[in-house]
Amino acid sequence: MSTRLARGGRLINRRKAVTVTFNGRNYKGFEGDTLASALLANDQMLVGRSFKYHRPRGIVASGAEEPNGLVNLGQGGGFEPNARVTTTEVFEGLTAESQNHWPSLEFDVGAINTALSRFLPAGFYYKMFLHPRSFWKHVYEPFIRQSAGLGQAPKARDQDTYEQFNAHVDVLVVGGGLAGLQAALTAGQSGLRVLLIEQSAHWGGRAAVDDPLIDGTPAEFWIKTAVQRLAALPNVRLRTRTMGAGVYDHGYALAHERLTDHAPEAGKPRHRLWRIRAGKIVTATGMIERPLSFAGNDIPGVMLASAVRDYAVDFGVSIGDRTVVVTNNDDAYRTAMVLHQAGLIVPAIIDARVQADGALVRAARDLGIRVETGRAIARVKGGKRVTGVTICAHAGEGSGLEDIACDAVAMSGGWSPVVHLWSHCGGKLIWDEGLAMFRPDATRPPTGADGAGFVFPVGGANGMLRTADVLTDAVAVGASVSGQAAGDVPVAVDSEQGAILPVWLMPQGATLKLRQKMWLDYQNDVKVSDVQLAAREGYESVEHAKRYTTLGMATDQGKLSNINGLAVLSGAINTPIPQVGTTTFRPPYTPISMGAIAGVARGDLFQPVRKTPIHGWHEASGAEFEPVGLWRRPYAFLQGHESAHEAVNREVLNVRRNVGLLDASTLGKLIVKGPDAGRFLDMLYTNVMSTLPVGKCRYGLMCNENGFLIDDGVVVRMAEDTWLCHTTTGGADRIHAHMEDWLQCEWWDWKVYVANVTEQYAQIAVVGPNARKVLEKLDGMDVTKEVLPFMTSADGTLGGIAARVFRISFSGELSYEIAVPASQGRAFWDACLAAGAEFGIQPYGTECLHVLRAEKGFIMIGDETDGTVIPQDLNLGWAISKKKSDYLGKRGQERSHMVDPKRWKLVGLETVDGSVIPDGAYAVGTGTNANGQKNTQGRVTSTYFSPTLGKGIAMGLVERGPERMGEVIPFTKGNGTTVDVRIVDQVFYDKAGAKQDG
Amino acid sequence: MKRYSVFAVAREALRNHMGWERAWRSPAPKVRYDAIIVGAGGHGLATAYYLGKNHGIRNVAILEKGWLGGGNTGRNTTIIRSNYLQDSSAAIYEKARSLYETLSQDLNYNVMFSPRGVMMLAQTQHEIRGYKRTAHANALQGVETEFIGPGRVKELCPIIHIDGPRYPVLGALWQPRGGTARHDAVAWGYARACSDMGMDIIQQCEVTAVHQADGKVTGVSTTKGEIACDRLGIVVAGHSGVLANMAGFRLPIESLCLQALVSEPIKPCMDVVVMANTVHGYMSQSDKGDMVIGGGTDGFNNYTQRGSFHHIEETVRALIETFPMISRLKMLRQWGGIVDMTGDRSPIISKTPLGNTYINCGWGTGGFKAIPGSGWAMADLMAKGEPGPLAEEFSMYRFREGKFIDESVAAGVAH
Repeated sequence: MSTRLARGGRLINRRKAVTVTFNGRNYKGFEGDTLASALLANDQMLVGRSFKYHRPRGIVASGAEEPNGLVNLGQGGGFEPNARVTTTEVFEGLTAESQNHWPSLEFDVGAINTALSRFLPAGFYYKMFLHPRSFWKHVYEPFIRQSAGLGQAPKARDQDTYEQFNAHVDVLVVGGGLAGLQAALTAGQSGLRVLLIEQSAHWGGRAAVDDPLIDGTPAEFWIKTAVQRLAALPNVRLRTRTMGAGVYDHGYALAHERLTDHAPEAGKPRHRLWRIRAGKIVTATGMIERPLSFAGNDIPGVMLASAVRDYAVDFGVSIGDRTVVVTNNDDAYRTAMVLHQAGLIVPAIIDARVQADGALVRAARDLGIRVETGRAIARVKGGKRVTGVTICAHAGEGSGLEDIACDAVAMSGGWSPVVHLWSHCGGKLIWDEGLAMFRPDATRPPTGADGAGFVFPVGGANGMLRTADVLTDAVAVGASVSGQAAGDVPVAVDSEQGAILPVWLMPQGATLKLRQKMWLDYQNDVKVSDVQLAAREGYESVEHAKRYTTLGMATDQGKLSNINGLAVLSGAINTPIPQVGTTTFRPPYTPISMGAIAGVARGDLFQPVRKTPIHGWHEASGAEFEPVGLWRRPYAFLQGHESAHEAVNREVLNVRRNVGLLDASTLGKLIVKGPDAGRFLDMLYTNVMSTLPVGKCRYGLMCNENGFLIDDGVVVRMAEDTWLCHTTTGGADRIHAHMEDWLQCEWWDWKVYVANVTEQYAQIAVVGPNARKVLEKLDGMDVTKEVLPFMTSADGTLGGIAARVFRISFSGELSYEIAVPASQGRAFWDACLAAGAEFGIQPYGTECLHVLRAEKGFIMIGDETDGTVIPQDLNLGWAISKKKSDYLGKRGQERSHMVDPKRWKLVGLETVDGSVIPDGAYAVGTGTNANGQKNTQGRVTSTYFSPTLGKGIAMGLVERGPERMGEVIPFTKGNGTTVDVRIVDQVFYDKAGAKQDG
Repeated sequence: MKRYSVFAVAREALRNHMGWERAWRSPAPKVRYDAIIVGAGGHGLATAYYLGKNHGIRNVAILEKGWLGGGNTGRNTTIIRSNYLQDSSAAIYEKARSLYETLSQDLNYNVMFSPRGVMMLAQTQHEIRGYKRTAHANALQGVETEFIGPGRVKELCPIIHIDGPRYPVLGALWQPRGGTARHDAVAWGYARACSDMGMDIIQQCEVTAVHQADGKVTGVSTTKGEIACDRLGIVVAGHSGVLANMAGFRLPIESLCLQALVSEPIKPCMDVVVMANTVHGYMSQSDKGDMVIGGGTDGFNNYTQRGSFHHIEETVRALIETFPMISRLKMLRQWGGIVDMTGDRSPIISKTPLGNTYINCGWGTGGFKAIPGSGWAMADLMAKGEPGPLAEEFSMYRFREGKFIDESVAAGVAH
């Protein structure tokens, strides 16, 4: 059984007990435990079920590489699926439940898949479920989906908050083990800004477990001193529980800090995402131990040798009473000795190497531990827990020589540097034959804009196994990244290590039967035989083998399985490991919360609503809003029990009969100024703006290079060198960027400035036959027809407020648009309402605006245009200068398809029966095209009920439309039916324009 | 070729799966082929497959610089739909979608086409009008779609937040026979079928030059030697510009990095594909349980297959607003692919200035769904030398005439 030892556990506080709940049962742990160590201390080895075969799964590692120990953590708004037990710190009240089983962890019906596993090898689903066809959606897929997935889907809304930091540093050091601490110390002495981050809650990595002597002191003491020295440096920042997640181009790095996962506290953010710009990045990310591939290596109780040692030293937890150690290198001997010294039994060390006589081996032998060299584990016995092993000759096929009873197996297949961060941005690896590992190739680093490498691996992450080498490397890298000469290196003493024997199959001639029981990927249930099957079937590329078998695609992303898997593939296709290569390392290093990625930008802060100065009044006055760009504009102002449709009709009629008030502040307002401003606008607009007299307004059209209409609006010349360009609401930022694009990239020598003053002014339209009376009541300016005729502008005051008045109309009525400073917007709005009360003034919304302009036959960008329409299609030829030699879009509009007489052109449309044509309806043509689609001859672009005319009106684009006035054609109505529509003039209201000019 | 079936699996299980054949052969290139296709992604392999199946041209080599299916075929978010606005788009995407319906049986390889339904959310009045227009167009084009209200949206996808504070869901364009498929399997299934027809798929074989005489292609130089051909098809997505350059012409193509990400796997909670174009994000759940999420393209041209992280942030924010529950999931992996974008965001299936040389590219952010239709149309073009009705409008010369196929109305982000 696994249990808490009477002594030991450098990370736990035995005076402070903590109770955690797992599957409804209470477990006693100590402060400082991980959920893994707390469960193991209570003999809870079984923690989950595997993905495919629902095999029993026990904890196999002690850190971020853990593939098995995943739980549903917490409840309600604090629930998290797939939480890793080895990195979850305990706190009082923690609750967790195991995943992927039914009805219980101990008895899981899904485990029948194990019995069927011979029918379910890698890729079986590509070969099955083909017939009958409809069964895939209705039978097979639901079944497969139901048995897939791991944790439960969260149901409640996230109760936590998240935040993000931006950090700019000269040197980012990722990893707070010996290498990281020393590299940060050396670099920090230069005075450069250094940020040192460590994923766990503790500094020093695994050094204190192995406890080499450094500068004559125990490692733990050296670590403590190093952290104190770093903390004393003002230019160095230190962060624990902060994982280096990814490295991107240009020295951008991402780190994920867990602020309160270990001690939930209301009101504090849960996670923090660090967005770091680093001059140089030092990856001191250490190494991960590899499992060995022997039959039954997935049975709970089989654990990495380093993890067995970690649990004993860090948490005072023994994994078993009798632990067999199996290895191909010296390091695992340390585990045997730690267990032996803790009074536990190590029946044997099974070493695949024929010769093993390094210092650690000798030390183990001297303790009296039985060492069997040239031996292997043929198979592990047990179901939900190891009960023993059968040993065999490593050189053979696996014939059993001896059974050894045990309840735990500590395995070590060697070590792999953590090269993820090195590789994210293109760092290349080399295969080190002697150490049997991929390590960073210093000659092919990820490079920055200057062509130089910006990521520097150090220590274990750089392939260093011995403490002395790690520290020497750290001093050298720390000095190099900070431009100093390397200083003194701490003197470290640890044991010599003998050579590793690469072991990818154990025993090396294992029979197929054994290979079918050798797990590579514990979570996804990928076995040696699966990779070999993939290779036989031609999935020879490492990416094919991965995707075919799902090797390394689980939540641990193959931290334990990838190297072993590609080595098996290498053997299967008889190609050396370096030629097989690795799959691509992608961020993040370990999964990071979506909440942290989103940060604070959620709810009200997700695309915050832009508000005009009058927004508050709208909210208080029955406005029903619609989103328009980042704004919300009133769609209509509902009175009493009115429906939106009734409100719109009322608003329209009131504008036509009395006077209406519109908040037009969202309209884009761009000031274009400078000696070349006129020339610039002549290029941007299809008509001429440079000749516009000061104080006059002109309606302008803007096209892109392809000739398509992208925006429209009234342009006002405010001074000799200054124009004010109105854009559509949605177009303000886009058109501003469009202008800057041309000014900065093409006409960079033109003397023009553009300023977006959209939010500096509130703009209010006073519209209707009584509009002038309202303004006159406000008093301060002469707004008569004679002084301020149609399409002119004047500055002055109205009601005591500085105002710029534009005599323009988008409704066909007598209309003024008045711009006032934003700070006065609300006051001016209120003043208009007060002054207009006696004239029947009412506010109106965007839908009324649309109906008014449609009745008048005015186009709306986004309705009549969709990115495929040129001004000529909209009968706007009058707004296109024939005199100018060039403007944006001119050449585009001359292309053959644009001058095709069969182009669809704008016309008015009315149904014969007076009904409203449905939104988006198409005019049906005759017959079908070569692809069997029904031919069309037009489409509706704007369609409304006109309260003024008491019937449906519409505009649309119809093939040769203007030539076909009076013709009746069918439009789609949905459900396969059509409605008869007559082609008419697009102006439905006041064709002579008498009202607008009034 | 030994056929796959449940019986074959059972039979092989009894002999420990030692009897399976290679899914595709790995031959050395021959001296000459009737047709060479550069690029063994989905589109290239599908082209080869339909050349053989529809036109009887089987002396074909498919050359691949890396590993087959390793480009955008193996990097996309696997969405299949055909609810396009313009007739020529709807025609080819619907052809593709309908071929997907029976692809597993045609190829005898389970590509797991799952017509679970695709919905595109309308979150502004403008989007409502746009999608209603698409629904009208689709009805005439023979594409089954429907504009549905928010209640039905919630019913089909309970994890959606309908009344989000910022952009409430006002409705959706629903294509019930849209869905997803297993992307790798599409490439593998076509590869197996091509190999079975005697075609040679040659991986790790980079084309380094295109040879011509009298204005016609004569062959290519590769890292595995010289190979002659009568016809050449270039189907290489992000690297189209590079190949076109070898063949002596230029393309109206930009190459950009498009990103995607997946969460850790969770139990099924989402049975449909949802695209939210106002907030820029789309998501579905794979059969394995991961939430598969599409991101945005970088604003600059590059070939790095990495991309900028701020796009991931924007995408995740948008999706948390739409699906609040994902806030407590974790991102497992992010990646990028190089997409080839044309000026109108629609593809090119075209003759080129070089005789007997054809190009299929420009699928941009939406190529996976088109694979069978694209291959069908490209094979037709390569076999006959002239485009059929499916490919006709997609000529690379359309930009000269201004005859764009612009889908920007129908899709704000990705199509």
